[in-house]
Order: sequence, then C-alpha cells, then structure tokens
Amino acid sequence: MMSALAAQLGQTLLVLAIAPALTGIVRKMKARLQRRIGPSIFQPYRDLRRLFGKEAVIAEGTSWLFRAAPYLIFAATWVAAALVPTFQTGLVFSWAGDLIAIVALLGAARFIQAVAALDVGTSFGGIGVSREIMIASLAEPAMIMVVFTVALVAGSTQLSTIAAFMVDQQSLRVSLAMALVALIIVAVAENARIPVDNPSTHLEVTMVHEAMVLEYSGRHLAMIEWAASLKLLLYISMVVCIFFPFGLITGAGGLFAHALSLSVYLLKVIAAALLLATLETVIAKMRVFRVPNLLGIALMLGLLGTLLLFVSESM
Amino acid sequence: MPTILMGIAGLFCVSALSPILIRSRAATQIVYGACLAISLALCAAAVPLIRQAPSQIVLPLGLPWFAAHFRLDALACAFLAIVNLGAASASLYALGYGRHEAEPGRVLPFYAAFLAAMNLVVVADDAYSFLLAWELMSLTSWALVMARHRERKTAYAGLVYLIMASLGTFALLFAFGLMAGAHGEYAFDTMRAHHLSPALAGLALALAVVGAGSKAGLVPLHVWLPLAHPAAPSHVSALMSGVMTKVAIYAFIRICFDLMGPASWWWSLPALILGGATAAIGVLYALMETDIKRVLAYSTIENVGIVFIAAGLALAFKAGGHFDAAALALTAALFHCLNHMLFKSTLFFGAGAVIVATGEQDMERLGGLIRRMPLSSAAFLAACMAISALPPFNGFASEWLLLQSILVSPQLAQMGLKLLVPAIGVLLALAAAFAAACFIRAFGATYLGRARAQASAQAVETDRWSLAAMLVCAALCLLAGVLPGFVIDWFEPAVMALVAGRMPPQTGIAWLSIVPVSASRSSYNGLLLFGFVAACAGLAAFAVHRFASRAVRTAPFWDCGYPRLGVRAQYSATSLAQPIRRVFASVVFASREEVEMPAPGSAQPAVLRRFLRDPAWDFIYAPLVRAVGATAKLLNRVQFLTIRSYLSLVFTTLVVLLTVLALWG
Repeated sequence: MMSALAAQLGQTLLVLAIAPALTGIVRKMKARLQRRIGPSIFQPYRDLRRLFGKEAVIAEGTSWLFRAAPYLIFAATWVAAALVPTFQTGLVFSWAGDLIAIVALLGAARFIQAVAALDVGTSFGGIGVSREIMIASLAEPAMIMVVFTVALVAGSTQLSTIAAFMVDQQSLRVSLAMALVALIIVAVAENARIPVDNPSTHLEVTMVHEAMVLEYSGRHLAMIEWAASLKLLLYISMVVCIFFPFGLITGAGGLFAHALSLSVYLLKVIAAALLLATLETVIAKMRVFRVPNLLGIALMLGLLGTLLLFVSESM
Repeated sequence: MPTILMGIAGLFCVSALSPILIRSRAATQIVYGACLAISLALCAAAVPLIRQAPSQIVLPLGLPWFAAHFRLDALACAFLAIVNLGAASASLYALGYGRHEAEPGRVLPFYAAFLAAMNLVVVADDAYSFLLAWELMSLTSWALVMARHRERKTAYAGLVYLIMASLGTFALLFAFGLMAGAHGEYAFDTMRAHHLSPALAGLALALAVVGAGSKAGLVPLHVWLPLAHPAAPSHVSALMSGVMTKVAIYAFIRICFDLMGPASWWWSLPALILGGATAAIGVLYALMETDIKRVLAYSTIENVGIVFIAAGLALAFKAGGHFDAAALALTAALFHCLNHMLFKSTLFFGAGAVIVATGEQDMERLGGLIRRMPLSSAAFLAACMAISALPPFNGFASEWLLLQSILVSPQLAQMGLKLLVPAIGVLLALAAAFAAACFIRAFGATYLGRARAQASAQAVETDRWSLAAMLVCAALCLLAGVLPGFVIDWFEPAVMALVAGRMPPQTGIAWLSIVPVSASRSSYNGLLLFGFVAACAGLAAFAVHRFASRAVRTAPFWDCGYPRLGVRAQYSATSLAQPIRRVFASVVFASREEVEMPAPGSAQPAVLRRFLRDPAWDFIYAPLVRAVGATAKLLNRVQFLTIRSYLSLVFTTLVVLLTVLALWG
C-alpha cells in the first residue's frame, strides 16, 4: 500500500516535471532538422518561469470562467496524466479512472478550454473553437474505438491491467496494429501537431489550438502551456504503455529495477519525441477541411479492429 | 400502492380545482405549490417501495364489465421516482417562472392533469387504463403546447403533435390487441402468460416501437418533438422532454421486457438500429439549430437514442442468456433516463430564464449573459457538461456503463449482432462527441462573449424559485455523477425483475467506486476524480498566487491586433457549427452554402445563404402527406353519389363484413 502510494505520488510529480522537457526536445530536434541550432531543451522551463512571474492581462468583460479555466484545464490534464502508467503499473489510484475516464477527463479539459475561448467574444476565439469541435467530433470517436480494440484484446479497460497483459503478450495481432495507427493519428490531432495544427504558427487563419488561447497571458498562459506539454506526454506514455510496454515493472521490484525501468521509459519518450519531430519536419500542414479525411481513417481503423475482435470471438 | 393512487387523485383534484381558483391572484402559487408537494410525496413514497414485492389493486372504474387494474412493481417504482422528481423540480421552477405566464388559465388545469396522467401510465396494469392514461397524457400535453395558441408556429406544432400522438396511441392499441390474443383479455397479467408466435411477436414489437418510439422521439418518428416541446412554456418543455419521453421509454421497456414474454435476439434489432441512428442524427440536428429550445429538444432525441441502444443491448443479452450483462445494459438505460431528466430539466429551466430575462430565444441575438445571470449560467454550464458525458457529472457515469456493456457484447452468439454492435458503438461515440460540440456552442452563444442584442445586454438574474430549481437539479447531476453506486444499487430490484440478472452490489466497494463486471476489468470512481481535479486545481491556483505572481491588469482584448472589432464580428451560433456542418451535414442533410457576390464597384452587401434538407421530412413525411392528399382526392368522389349508389355501398360493405366473419369463425 505504502509503496503503491509512493509510486503514485512519484509518477504524478514525474510527469509534471518532465513534460516541459519533452516539448523542449521536440523543438530542439525540429530546429536541428531544419539546420538551426535551436534553443536549449530546458527553454520551456525558462518560458514557464518567465510567464509565471509576469502579471496576467485579463480581457475586458470576461467572466470568472476565463480566470478559472487555466487551473481547471491544468488539473484535469494532470490527473489524467497521473493515471497513465509510465514506468511501473502499481499505481494506487489506477482503479479510480480507466482508459475511458482518462479520455473523458481530457474531453472535459477541452470543453473548458473551448468555453473559456468563447468567453472573450472575439473572432479568433470563435474560429479556434469551431475547428476544435470539428476535429474533436472525429478524434474522440476514433479514440473510443481504439479503447474498444485494446480493451477487447486485454479484457479490461484498466490501463494497469492492459499494460500488465501486454507485457506478457507475445503474438502480434492485426487489430492491435490498426489500433496503433489510429491512436497515433488521434494523438497528433489531439495535441495540435502537424499535419492537423501547427503548434508554432503565427498565421492567424490557420490556427486551432493557438487561436483558442490567444487572449491568455502571464500565469494563465503558463498553466495552459504546461497542460499542453502534459497532454503530449500523456499520449506518448499511453502509446508506449499499451503497445511498447517492455521494461515496464508490473509487480514488485527493487530500487535497481525501478531505476532501470525509469531510464527505459525516458529513452522511449525521447525516441517518441524524435519521431514526432521528424514527422513534423517531413510533412506539411493539411488544410482544415482535409483533416476529417485523416481522422476518418483513424475512426475506420478503430472500427475495423473492433469488428475483427467481435467476429473472431466466435471462432 | 394506495398512497400512490391517492397522490394521483390529489393531482386530479388540483387540476379540477384550478379553474375555480384562477380568478384569485395566488392561483399560480397555490397550484404549483400543491403540485410540488404532491410530487415530492409521490417521489418519497416510490423510493423505498422499489424493494417491496409487487402489489396490485383493482378499482371498479372504467368499462362496466372490466375493472381498472393498477400494479406497483419495481419498474413502476423506478419510473415513478423519475417522473415525480422531474415533476417536483418543474413545479418548483414554475413557482417563479409561472408568474410570467400571460394566460395562466390555459396552463394550470392541464399541468396538474398532465402530471397525474404520467403517473397513471406508470401504474396502469391493464391495456384499457394504460391507453386511457396515455391518451390523457398526450391530450393534456397537447393543451399545454397550445397554451400560447396565438403564435402561428404553435398552431402548426400542435397539429403535427396531435397527428403523431394519435398515430402512436393507435399503434399501441393494436400492439396490446395482438398481445391480448383472440379472447381480448386486456389485463397485463394475462398478457404476461400469453406467448406470441414469432410472426405476431414481430408485428407487436413493430407496433410497440412505433407507439412508444413516436412519443419518445425515435428517428424518423421524431418530427413533432422539436416543434411541440419548445412551443410550450419552459417548465412544460422540461417536463415533456425530461419526463414524458421517459414515460414512453417505460412503455417500451414494459412491453418488450415484461409483457411479451421470453425475448428473442432479433427483438433487439429495431431498438439498436433506430437508437443508434437517433443518437447520432438527433444531436446533428441540434447543431444546425439556433433556437435554444429547439437545440434542447433535438438533444432530447439524441438521449432517447442512447437509452434505446442500452435497452436493445439488454434485450439481446437477455435473449442470449447473459443475464448479468443484460442487467448492466438495462441499468445503464434506467440510469440514463434519470440523468437525462435531471440535466434536461436544468437546461430547459435555464432556457426559460434566458427567455424571461431577454425575450429572445434565438441564440444569434443572445450572448454575454454569464455576467448578467451568474448563478443560472453556472447551473446551465454544469448541465451542459453533464449532457456532454464529461466527468465528474452523471451523464458520464451512465454512458460509461453503456460503453462497458458494449465491451462485454462479443459474447453474443449471433453474427448479425456481432457486426452491428461495433457500428452502434461508433454512432454512440459520435453522438457523445457531437453533444459536447453542441453544448459548447449552446453555452457559448447564449452566455458567453458579448451581448448581440440590446435585450441581452440588460438582462437580470432570474427569480429565486427558478434559481433554486436549477441549482438543485444541477447539484443532483453532480451528486449522481460522483456517487453513482447508490443509484445503481437502487435500480437493482427493477433490473432483477426484468432480466433475472444483477450487477455486483456497488455500495460496499471501497472508496465508493463502481465496478460493473469485476474489479480487474473496469472500475470508475467519480468522487475520487472530482476530488483530485478540485484539489489539483486549488493547489495549482494557490501555489501560483502564493509563489509566482498575482498581479492582474484588465485591458481590451487583443485578438491578434484587431481590438476594435464590433460585436457582430464575434463568432455566432451558426458560424460555430460551420465546420461540422460542412463535414457532416453535407452528407446527412445535403447542406450547402451559396455566396452571392455583388458586382465589382457595387455597394451592395454580399449574401451567404445556407440550404439544409431534412431527410426524415423529405423522404418519409412529404410522400406520406402527398399519398394522403391523393387518396382523399380519390375518395372525394364518394361524396357526390346518388342515394341508390350509397345504399348499394352500404349493402356491399355489410356482405363483405359478414363473409369475413363467416370465414374467420
């Protein structure tokens, strides 16, 4: 019990601590691929500190929602990220929310972000929200279908159980491959990365996520930026924990085993960050109305994976 | 049982007395106060009764040779509680809201009778009293829809409603006729004992789906609902959407799980297919609407679809002998009925408050109300999150149970169901995502941003009664979301009686989690998640304000450097839905946009036109209307015959009828 509590606490703080570095690594790698030197991978921490120290500028006529939203978004994302096993599955609160609840927590964060963006009453807030809800209306069902596929294979929607099952799982499954592709597409869309959205864009008419947070500044912006990094880390952890769980500690383990699995996890996250940076460098951003095609592929892959499992149950 | 019937009789008395009271100034308060008290008493009586054995009572009412049967079993108790909780909150709301009614005499008598009729449907135990109560429910709600009969739209809505309600009763009449068999025993007990052949069962099922489905708003029988529900005063809209659709769902569950006897697997098909289509299309309709009450009415259709999906799954499991899985799906259905009653009431109350405060119900003319009406907007926001199935609210808990029951459905044996259920899962997930989009848009356009019309800029917070009703319902949404185990356990006797299976007991589980099948499979703890998110948010806010900066400066919004844009430059309800309209509605509603640009140099404005087509209306109702018209034209000739021809027609009819009778006997 105590060790599980310690593991939970450690993991909760770990994701919080390394999330900005992940963003830094992706940015650094992208810069190198574009033959720039790029800022240090610790730049996001400095940015956060700078933003926290500044005064917050609040747009005139906004309500309590605008000021409360950054903390709620941050908290919902943080709690969701703390429920995804990173380097070991023995989390004390893993039963509090399963994979569906984690997806729904992120959905709640998105809901709050969208209404906060509408609170100001600007045109860019609206354009961001209208596109975000269009993307989410396909990404969320695709995610649910991925959850279905994975849950049917592992016989559980609990991430800890799924991870423990996948560690022992030897054979390859077609439906899991489909789910992996679908999950990666969803992760790219949910985290507002290229080709769906551009995190570093300053061209107003192409923005989605950035348009929604346009009016935020100072500590509020810092909370939102941190939450965005956490969300990226969450999705990478989720992909890693479901599809590449090697090195994950599922039972009790000594200090050395924990250190080993933690370093394996960090290596996996860095590898994912490098892959993401490469992907973002080699492909171009899509037009907004091409995005549904991409997400439709994810949805159909998820549905096919689920169908295969439903049908194969009888054989 | 006698308590319940006395309560119903009390409601009828209130209804009968209200025309006498109407001259008094306090009539509104007295009638709604009495309704509130009786509904609360009925609800309080029904809650403990669910654990007791079914009790029956036969009263010498109705037909001379056939007494009226009433029965109170666990299912009836479950729905009595839902109906009366909704009725109580609507009455509480109406204590304040009802004062704005121009002609209370057109509302009060029917309101109490409407409540009584809904209760009566639930306790009726023979087809005759069931149909009588059902028809009374339809007619009183029609009268309430027509309360504002001077508005042109209302008359049309009333007409469509009346036609569809008659169709539904007609279908139910024949369904009961088939189930009663050749001897015409209308008591439900004899129907339970009488099992139908597959062909007749199929027919009875189809009639039950038409009868109950048309009242509940199942696509494509839904066309009356978005016309009629919004036309009524808002507390009646809340009752019709939140409660009357539940009575229709009760009728479906009563017929399919109880009266028709042992289920076959294909009985689940109409509920699953129509439910899936209803869930996804209903909310897509809602996204195309700009009238706030019509948005809510369409979203009711979506939620009815979700309940039908759950009921269909439960039927399939029951037929396949997977009784515990059936219990899980049926619990999800009942739980979602309760949840939808709670959040839809809150939403309609909020819409009513907005309409009272601004006189507007078009979202294109609202906006910025969160600053003028802070408390009611908070309740509305909570209900929006609940209906979008977001934790920690109750909508997520019931939809989570439904997703869990989809996940145990690979054990269904039939290939047809194996292929269908994942597709239904996609429709359900789409519906949930659309619902979130729809309510971001509804809340955003109504309460957020800057006021789009003068009336919205000068709105004031609604009265205390209305506010109390909204806050209580919103609080119940949160409560049922963080403590779902108690609700699930409370429904257990009703579920047990219908599907002979049960979910594991929930209230004994550590930390009040819910575990639908087994702990290693899935569990959810809304209380803990809510606590964690609240604690993390509080901690983060405290830490930031304590250790970083707490300075605030107010400034004009930045908007990428265009701060002087006017109010009309902000996104409206129509433009918020534009990407979704373009992606999805171009398929479902054949939506398209046309831009007319003025000639170069002309000062005329450019015009953007939207076109939408309602497939249900174009492909089903319009041909039907044309067919009825053509037939009427044909039959019109019969009106101008000679007396000789009429006599021969009468004679021929008589001969044909006698022949049929001779052949039949």
